[in-house]
Parts: sequence; structure tokens; C-alpha cells
Amino acid sequence: MTPLELFGEPFMQRALIAALLTGLAAPAIGTFLVQRRLALMGDGIGHVAVTGVALGLATGASPLWTAVLVAVLGAVLIEVIRERGQTNGDVALALLFYGGLAGGVFVSGLAGQSAAALNRFLFGSLTTISSGDVLITMGLAITVVTLCVGLAPQLFAVAQDQEFARVAGLRVRAYNVLVAVLAAVSVTVAMRTVGLLLVSALMVVPVATAQQLTRSFRTTIGAAMVLGTLASVGGLVTATFASYQVNVAPGPTIVLLALACYTVAWPIGIWQRRRARLLEPFAPGEAAVSHDACGEHPHAHGPGCGHLAVPHDDHVDYVHDGHRHAVHGAHYDEH
Amino acid sequence: MSATPAVEVRNASVALGGRPVLRGIDLAVVPGDFVALMGANGSGKSTLVRAMVGLRPLVDGEVRLFGTPLDEYDAWSRIGYVPQRATAGSGIPASVWEVVAAGRLTRRRLLRPLSTADRAAIDEALEVVGLTDRRREAVTNLSGGQQQRVLIARALAGEPELFFLDEPTAGVDLPNQQVLADTLRRLKERGATIVLVAHELGPLAPLVDRAVVLRDGRVAYDGAALRDHEVHQPWFAEPHTHHHHHDHVPHPSAPLGADPHLPGDLS
Repeated sequence: MTPLELFGEPFMQRALIAALLTGLAAPAIGTFLVQRRLALMGDGIGHVAVTGVALGLATGASPLWTAVLVAVLGAVLIEVIRERGQTNGDVALALLFYGGLAGGVFVSGLAGQSAAALNRFLFGSLTTISSGDVLITMGLAITVVTLCVGLAPQLFAVAQDQEFARVAGLRVRAYNVLVAVLAAVSVTVAMRTVGLLLVSALMVVPVATAQQLTRSFRTTIGAAMVLGTLASVGGLVTATFASYQVNVAPGPTIVLLALACYTVAWPIGIWQRRRARLLEPFAPGEAAVSHDACGEHPHAHGPGCGHLAVPHDDHVDYVHDGHRHAVHGAHYDEH
Repeated sequence: MSATPAVEVRNASVALGGRPVLRGIDLAVVPGDFVALMGANGSGKSTLVRAMVGLRPLVDGEVRLFGTPLDEYDAWSRIGYVPQRATAGSGIPASVWEVVAAGRLTRRRLLRPLSTADRAAIDEALEVVGLTDRRREAVTNLSGGQQQRVLIARALAGEPELFFLDEPTAGVDLPNQQVLADTLRRLKERGATIVLVAHELGPLAPLVDRAVVLRDGRVAYDGAALRDHEVHQPWFAEPHTHHHHHDHVPHPSAPLGADPHLPGDLS
């Protein structure tokens, strides 16, 4: 089968739609989780959702819906634990994570399900999505993206400064629960794409990549959604082509591609921040105090002369070899 | 006092983790007043301002904003709150403009884009604190004093009439304190009511109409503005040093009707 024929197959098109929507929705809600320093919350919800999937498999109900239900319950529980007490919060969360994972494996064992059935949800199986699942995934993903973008000003304010948000009259607790529920929904949306154990990667890695290069919240969430989409669609396509030679699963490919983007963005971000620090204008006023003309200076400074040009009051200081040289008539002053 | 007080605190008590922090506070601020809440560290001045905006529950007494009990109060667009500067930024970069725009949420409705009036108010708030040219920068790139100005601009953006500022001058250098003082002077001239918590007033001193000094969770002085050095006189910081135990003569600076309990007496 040629690649063209393969991408024409209905199951492949369903997979592409699911990958696209997951790539948009997961980083959208992930941005708010990272902003609140809850980057691992998606991972916790993913573990809890395993029990939901197992319950679905055991009872014959749709695993997608039982996963949504259990994940939402788990997310709200995590939020309540987080809000109540900081002291043992992370231990309580750990209990919930491992309880969820162990419960899922246990229940599916009781029901006599093969490990392969659960595996499809743990590591994703884009190509086995039914058309009904695609419709549900589309509905849920569009809801998540709409709410995340539409309520962005409120969610931003609540995550940025909870106390200010309360005095501004926002219902902080309701917004916190909304974020938890949306996170749970996107976990189940991403469940078939990258799998429950890798869900958090798609929520966090594109955001971490974006914030290397951005200075505002809006560009961060936008760039994260673009990167998430590129990674998930690109990962699926890569895995499809690679599968002509070897056995490659789309889920891990998507996550590795997202991580590769981060590896590229990280040094660029470091270089950018260093450059911004160097070009920060010098503190005003110091020049007038001492008028030091520097000695022999064979080099002529100017725009594009190769030396770092830093604004200082109404002129520019050229930085080289630990000196700050400013043009003064025919010579240079030491600033 | 004919007008409804902008903020009124009646017999308010606040406990943190079971320990009384504020006890029997009575305070009314009339519209247009500039009040400085002063006192040593741990005297409860920040707790009082946080109780006034509803961030600390009262164990006793009540707080009214513009005559409405705090529980029923919902006209938050009239209130501007400037919290103590948070040391750590959040995980995601946020630009100066975005943080200031958050102050406009008191007047915005859900799922509506920013109106022209919203944008104008945000621009003006940035203008007032002198950060218009840094609007696109990440807040974390600014100095401490500039971050404090961002928080003030955020409160300004909602165009409130009653401001609560919690230690706006703490850790802020003198030039930035001067900008802050100029900003508050403009607000005062526009008729805003200002309640400010400060350990030291510095350049803000000429603006203050009335000083309230807290000591150990009680109002120790309420009257005309004081100079910084007066607040930190020994008789302010360490009460009863010139009294004997079980002295029942009211302290000259004690609020009327308050029992002259010893500082450690938590009854």
C-alpha cells in the first residue's frame, strides 16, 4: 500500500483528526496547569483514568465515557486535596495516582481482560479509533479549546494571582474546579492518541517549549497549541512512514517529537535571554559624573561595527574588552 | 460624619491558625480619606487590610464596604486591591500589559472581547505608573519597584474609587517610591479613598491625612498623620514599659474603652 492510499483510508483519516484535536486541546489546558505549577496534574489524572477505562472494559460500557467520569471525579478530588492542606498534599496525590493505576490493572484482571486491551489506552492506539469515538473526541476537544480560549482572561487572572482575583470578584474556586475538569476531559481526549501514561507530556512539553521563546501569556498559549498540533500530527505521520520498515507506535513518536522541539528551543531561549540581558540599557546618569576620555583608539565604533551597542541615556555605549565607550566629539569617553 | 464610610470595621477580630491576630478593631474611613495603617512587623496591619477585602475571615465583628456587609458585597469594580508583591512569578511568562489588563476583569463580562473603553483604561493605567514603553516586556524582567508599579496599574485599570495597598513601598528604591507617591497623589486629587499599609512612609508621608497605628492586634493610635520616627518610638513599639503589671490606668494611646491587657494576654 502506498502512503497516498494509506492516508486515504478512513481509519487513517480518523486518526489524523484525533491527533489534530488532541494536539490543540492538551497544550491549551496544559498552559494553565503549568502556570499554576501543577505540571504533573495531567499525569495524576491519567493514572486515575486507568481505573475508569478498566471499569468500562469490565462492565461493557464505553471506556471513553467511564474514563471521562472517573477522571473528572479524580481531578476534582485532587483539586480539593490541593486546596485543603498543603502539608500532605503531594503525598495524598501520590496515593491517588498509584491507587488509580493499580485499581485499573486489578479491575481489568478481574474482568478477564487481556493486557493488550488496557495497553491500547495506556500507550494510545490512534489507528483503532471508531468513528463514534472520533465524534466524541471532536466534541470534547472543541469544548476544551473553546473554554480555554474564551475564558482565558479569567483563568489567567486566577492562576496568576489568586488573591487579587478574589478581590476582583471572580469565583476562584469555580474556576479552579473548571481547570481540573477541563484537564480531566483533555486527558481522556488524548488517551487514544498518546495514551494515559504519556498524556501529561502533550499537555506540558509544548508549553515548556513555547515559554522558552515567549514573553507574554497569549503568545505562549498560542505557540503551545501550534507546537502541540505539529508534534501530534507530525508524530502520527512519521510513525506511519516508519512503520513500513519497523514497528513504530504513534503515541511515543508524538511525545519524542515534542521533546525534540524542546531540545531545539531550549538553547535558543538561553541565547535570547542572555542577549536581552546584554542589551538592557545602562542605568542613567552615571556618564556626567566622570569625563574620562579613553586613550588611543584605532577602531571606529558605529552601528554594525561588531561591538555590543547598549542604549545609555540619550546615546549608545559600545562594549568591548570590559570597557564602555561612548562617542564624544572626535574621541571616545569611558562610561 | 454624615457620608457612608467607604470602609467600616466594627469590633472585628481575626484569628490565624487559632491565634488571635486582630482583636476588637473599630475603624471607619470616610470617602476621600488617605489613611496609613502603620505598626511594627506582626502588629496585624496587613491582616487588617486583608480582612477588609475579604481575604481573611472574621471570627467576630463585621466589615462593611460602602455600607454593605462584606458577605453581600458584589460591586468589586469600586475596589482596587494591591497585594504585597509576590516574589516568584508564575510558571508562564506574562507581559506587563496582560497583568494590568487583568485588573479590568471587574468590569468585563464573560466571553466578551476587550472594549475600546477597556483598552483606554489599561493604557491610561500604564501611563500613570510610567510603564507604557515596557508594556510588552515580561513582568519577571522588571525590577522589584517596577513590578510594584505594575500591580498598582492593575488596580488602576479597573477605575476603582477605594484603594487598598499592602506594603507598596517594601523593598522599593527611592526613585520608585517617588513614582508611587506621585501616582497616589494623582489618585487622591481625583477623590479616591486610599487605605495603605506601610512600615515606613518615606515620600508618601505628605499625602497621609490620618494614621492608624496597630500594636499587637489592637488600634494603638488613630489620629493625625505621624512622622515615621514617631511611630517607632519605644512607647509605640513596646507598650506598658513604663507601667507596672495589672495597671488599670488606660494607656494614653489605647483606644477608648479597650482594656489595658498585657500584650501576651490573649483573652
